[in-house]
Amino acid sequence: MKFIRIKAIAKKEMLQIVRDPLSLAMGFLMPVLLLFIFGYAISLDVDDITTIVYDQDRSSMSRALVADLSASGYFKVVRYAEREQEIEQYLDAGTARVGLTIPVAFARDLRGGRVTQLPIVVDGSDSNTATIALGYFAALTELYARRISPVPVQALIETRARVWYNPELKSRNFIVPGLIAVIMMVIAALLTSLCIAREWERGTMEQLIATPVKTPELILGKIIPYYLIGIVDMGLSIAMATLLFEVPFRGSLLLLTVISTVFLFGGLSFGIIISIITKSQIVSSQISVVATYLPAFLLSGFMFSISNMTRPLQVITHVIPARYFVAILKGLFLKGSTVRVLYTEALFLLVFGVLTFAVANKKFTKRLG
Amino acid sequence: MEERAAMVQRSVERIKQLIIKEFIQVFRDKRMKAIVFVIPLLQTMVFGYAVTMDVNNIPTAVYDLDRSYESRELVRRLTASGYFDVRYRPGSPAEVRELLDRSKVTFALQIDRGFSKDLKRRVPASVQVIVDGTDSNTGIVALDYANRIILKYQRDLSTTRPAQAVRIDLRQRAWYNPELRSKNYNVPGVIAMVIMLTSLLLTSMAVVREREIGTMEQLMVTPLRPAELILGKTIPFAIIAFFDMVLVTVFGVLLFDIPINGSLALLPLSTAIYLLSILGIGLAISTVATTQQQALMSTFLFYMPAVLLSGFMFPIENMPEVFQYLTYLNPLRYFLIIIRGLFLKGNGLDILWPQMAALFVIGTVVITLSAVRFRKRLG
Repeated sequence: MKFIRIKAIAKKEMLQIVRDPLSLAMGFLMPVLLLFIFGYAISLDVDDITTIVYDQDRSSMSRALVADLSASGYFKVVRYAEREQEIEQYLDAGTARVGLTIPVAFARDLRGGRVTQLPIVVDGSDSNTATIALGYFAALTELYARRISPVPVQALIETRARVWYNPELKSRNFIVPGLIAVIMMVIAALLTSLCIAREWERGTMEQLIATPVKTPELILGKIIPYYLIGIVDMGLSIAMATLLFEVPFRGSLLLLTVISTVFLFGGLSFGIIISIITKSQIVSSQISVVATYLPAFLLSGFMFSISNMTRPLQVITHVIPARYFVAILKGLFLKGSTVRVLYTEALFLLVFGVLTFAVANKKFTKRLG
Repeated sequence: MEERAAMVQRSVERIKQLIIKEFIQVFRDKRMKAIVFVIPLLQTMVFGYAVTMDVNNIPTAVYDLDRSYESRELVRRLTASGYFDVRYRPGSPAEVRELLDRSKVTFALQIDRGFSKDLKRRVPASVQVIVDGTDSNTGIVALDYANRIILKYQRDLSTTRPAQAVRIDLRQRAWYNPELRSKNYNVPGVIAMVIMLTSLLLTSMAVVREREIGTMEQLMVTPLRPAELILGKTIPFAIIAFFDMVLVTVFGVLLFDIPINGSLALLPLSTAIYLLSILGIGLAISTVATTQQQALMSTFLFYMPAVLLSGFMFPIENMPEVFQYLTYLNPLRYFLIIIRGLFLKGNGLDILWPQMAALFVIGTVVITLSAVRFRKRLG
């Protein structure tokens, strides 16, 4: 391997990148845009759940219950129904997610110490929001019951709950670190998955073949410029995450840089493999989306926790590099983890990088036809 | 009159030939056939199996300092609920910390010494719950579950007679998706996603490739008119999109038992209206991009925000108001409401027509604008 030849290829690739400022700009815009959306627009915190209340009782006690619900901030009463059918209409049309009926004898039963039934319907189509809404509702009615209870409810068990690492349970702190891993994987693959196929399609591969450049030199030379873009993206993302979104970063920046380099190396080599195998940009683009973006987004534990998946799928996640990078980033940001805790994950990324680079070398044949 | 009919016939013939050429070109690469088939299947599987916010099997550590009948009973109830999976029994607080640090568990329950004695003496007995807040969603749900289980246990132990206490019995029902299966919510949405990604990429790249390789000039010297070129370049991908729509529906019903409560006839109709926008955007990208690399990047740059701001995974009501208004421009938003309404709620035209109308208006505007731009770029 000669350094000068790697440098020459890297320079050529760099020139090509610079001459396509649109692609380059998009390469930098992508992480900014995604972080922006996830940081500002998307929240998993469920509040202001649209609610329709059919209060048949119209007593001070039923009004107090509804007031408690609204005051919690979790429920937003969008309508007081006049008839029962209205609940169905509102849920059908999606204008309300929760329908609460307070029966006629609500206040009387409560005062009489009888069991009061409280029918609540929830739009189950979004099962996540529905589950959380029902949970909030149960907790709020429990509080309400305790508040109005004539006999003080005896607390037998005292639960002291503590939340570590993200005490306010902010979904932003949970999403942003993992998102950086997803962005890196997507960027790495999008950038390189076309870069060999392009040479084949345009016919410039013949010229490269005619040069004395060796396969590993060619691949390394192709990777280096994209690595630079990737690492700049990484810096951008970290800056946005900590400065703009105030996600705490408790680990070591040096460790992050080292691990990101290893991860990018693997991701970029993976994109190159796709590009080498397909030799066609249109096929390459389709495959790279399925092979990188989907797994990185959905199977990495970035947002959807792996312990909830079915067994076979859990096994599959073990070969998804983004899974390890997500774990590392979450550890570095929120837990302040050190090498001692993260070394298995880091080791896996290293193996992935070496393996993909080796496969890329093996798959590339410096021959026409 | 006859002349006109002949002209139309010739035009149709030219479009047909272009469509045939396009199909030959796309499928000449045998791998494309597999891709068109495999991508919808994979996405249905992944979204059906993986994308769930349902929280169960929370990896749990129990640090039981009391080791009494009562403490074991509490742990048993935790396990029996199905929400908690007790994997570790650490022997010291340091071990608890280590397990949470290493993300081996996300939930830890510590039952203090004297738990059973306190319970018997009617003094508040104490338990400590520690949640890994890294995953805020799981954290909230886990806390809620744990609280409910502990409250229930406490109530069962309580000697206060029900007559004295206020008792409210919640009768919860979930409509449209009674078992609250997230598959039912996600899988119909996959139709919208697959169509969007596949059609966008194929349309934009197919046009740009002609330009990149230089075969666009050859197309220009044929008698093809711009409008015919546009139709010939979009219809093949519309056909593939319809094929994918059918595939996802069949997979969803067969693999995941997704209910179809509404009229299936509305599905192709709304897909067609949805495609107006998607193909229009694909065309627009092809007028901006000059290389396939650019086409791929721009597609992604459009696709990601469109998916994230559509209500596919993240409810629109949770977004800040500005973004909520922005979603009204997103064709995906309307199509998702339509397909979910069709599959889960059994909605008909009477409820869905405003969505369809909005989708139609957006589609018409998008496709007209991009067709105009496309013609300009040709000339």
